[in-house]
Amino acid sequence: MMLQYILRRLLAAIPVLLGILLVTFALARMIPGDPCRALLGEKATQETCERFMREKGLDKPIYQQFLIYIQDIARGDFGNSIRFSQPVTRILVERLPTTVELSFAALFVSILVGIPLGILSAVRHNSWVDVVTMIWANIGVSMPVFWLGLMLAYVFSLLLRDTPFWLPPSGRVSPGTDTTAFYIAWNLTLPESGLWRGLAEFVSRLNILNALLTGNWELLRIAVRHLILPAVALGTIPMALIARMTRSSMLEVLGQDYIRTARAKGVRYSEVILNHAFRNALLPIVTVLGLSLGTLLGGAVLTETIFGLSGVGRTLYDAITARDYAVVQGFTVVIAIFFVVLNLIVDISYAYIDPRIRLN
Amino acid sequence: MNNLTSPKIAELDSESLSLESVSLWQITWNRLFRRKSSLVGMGIILLLVLIALTAPWIAPYDPLQVLIGIENVKVRQAPCIHLLGCPSDQPQHLMGIDGNVRDQFSRLLYGTRLSLIVGFSTVTFAIVVGTVLGALGGYFGGWIDNAIMRIMDVLLAFPSLLLAIAIVTVLGPGLINALLAIGIVSIPAYARVVRASVLSIREMDYVSATRALGGNTNQILFGRILPNALTPLIVQGTLGIATAILDAAALSFLGLGAQPPTPEWGSMLGTERNQVFTAPHLVFFPGFAIMLTVLAFNLLGDGLRDALDPRLAHVSK
Repeated sequence: MMLQYILRRLLAAIPVLLGILLVTFALARMIPGDPCRALLGEKATQETCERFMREKGLDKPIYQQFLIYIQDIARGDFGNSIRFSQPVTRILVERLPTTVELSFAALFVSILVGIPLGILSAVRHNSWVDVVTMIWANIGVSMPVFWLGLMLAYVFSLLLRDTPFWLPPSGRVSPGTDTTAFYIAWNLTLPESGLWRGLAEFVSRLNILNALLTGNWELLRIAVRHLILPAVALGTIPMALIARMTRSSMLEVLGQDYIRTARAKGVRYSEVILNHAFRNALLPIVTVLGLSLGTLLGGAVLTETIFGLSGVGRTLYDAITARDYAVVQGFTVVIAIFFVVLNLIVDISYAYIDPRIRLN
Repeated sequence: MNNLTSPKIAELDSESLSLESVSLWQITWNRLFRRKSSLVGMGIILLLVLIALTAPWIAPYDPLQVLIGIENVKVRQAPCIHLLGCPSDQPQHLMGIDGNVRDQFSRLLYGTRLSLIVGFSTVTFAIVVGTVLGALGGYFGGWIDNAIMRIMDVLLAFPSLLLAIAIVTVLGPGLINALLAIGIVSIPAYARVVRASVLSIREMDYVSATRALGGNTNQILFGRILPNALTPLIVQGTLGIATAILDAAALSFLGLGAQPPTPEWGSMLGTERNQVFTAPHLVFFPGFAIMLTVLAFNLLGDGLRDALDPRLAHVSK
């Protein structure tokens, strides 16, 4: 039953994915400017340009170009960046880990703080804890990520600079930190290129995971310290959303008959809250989590800009301003696909949490 | 037959409609006033509207005026407030001087205008387009509905800020294009809300009655269905203003929205962001203004949602 549900959701995602490819293709074609001169420079002659257009298939009808584009993507070929003279996939392997680490840290912070606060303010409904949490959550939802990031940097990197609370305002690690990749530490022999090599490099650039794999505690400490400010900045809006949703969803569930029954049976209060109420309140919370992912990926552009992180968001923004079409197309597609897959996971977890959904 | 009955129906209907709408608004109003948070939201919005309307009179300086040679002030000078002990022989600048030697307080006051215009215009645009699309889809169903909703799905598949950035790139940076991009990105939310209401209202008895009495599609859609689908749209719209202001500020912060020297909060913050350690006042005030404005619309939107929720009807009694 579950498998059938997953398959059905996967099939439903295909037209959306095709739509995403069509939109990115169309948007990239609509960016003002001549692709030949953008790639080869302003001084390219007419003949070079014609040859270039022929080689890249740009002289073919537009629908054929779209088919070629899809074929290339299916083979994992996103073309080459003009700015870096490197394949786009290569740049992705370098930059994606920063964003993945940042997004997960932000999500971690928001869940870790948001859910307990939401539960607490529902259980202590109308108390000062509830009032303070909700005021704080309303402010959190309205927070401009870029402002919060700058203010956090000001407080923790400047005002608290000679205290143990000092936190670095930019970068992922301090200069000179040993970031030996796990495959080098383990003496693994990997091919020079290909899927496994890419995967290993990707994992090794997730600093925290790499530090755990190699037992490099110094790297772990430094990477975590660098991650705190950006993760808090990026995680604040989802944190506030989760706290609000947990609270209202818990309040609804706490008024149900089965909660009273459980209490009447003599089940311990903490157990009623966590096992009876929270489980049933989980569905709307997961929905908010799913919705927060978009905010997270969009906010990553701003957070990475402020904290000097060269992640996907920042690279995409730079590529847009530099008219680096291949990078724009490739990164947008990857982010959108990432987004669709995450939403798919959210949908599937609905079915896992609530059996009624998968049986329908 | 048709000619004989329709004026009567119109008469009856307008009476019942106006009665209903007055009472609904009264209930909503009462409930809104009972909530402290929505009162705070309304208060802030009222204040912002007042500031926006009176900016030329209350701003001590022209927001674009460079003060070199006019006053003895330095680039990015910290705030000077006479009441807080700033020597009275120095000119008073409540929020300090910006990187181009302009009075930041005046720029911030003028920025209110732009933020409110941004919020209202993008949401109006998105509501109009979204309503038409959602209503068409919900009312006609079939392939029209399918086509519209699949396009909305694709738009929703992109993180909204990233899609807005991509659209601005195609259109070229600038305030109007940024507004258009944010407007386009927010269409799906409204289309979905309207479609859902239309789907449920379409089957109501009073709609069937209008149809049976010979009402045409226009009358049914615009006279019967859409007015009753308004409630969720108002809530969504108010919350949408908050998101629009936040996104527009983010685009301007990245240099894709309002261009200098326009006094826009996001752009003011963006141009001075590297000075956060040396001149924090230039970053603090515009960001705080954005936060306060967004907060006000969020509070009002939440209040409206609760006030218009029929499930909470008992609260008003």
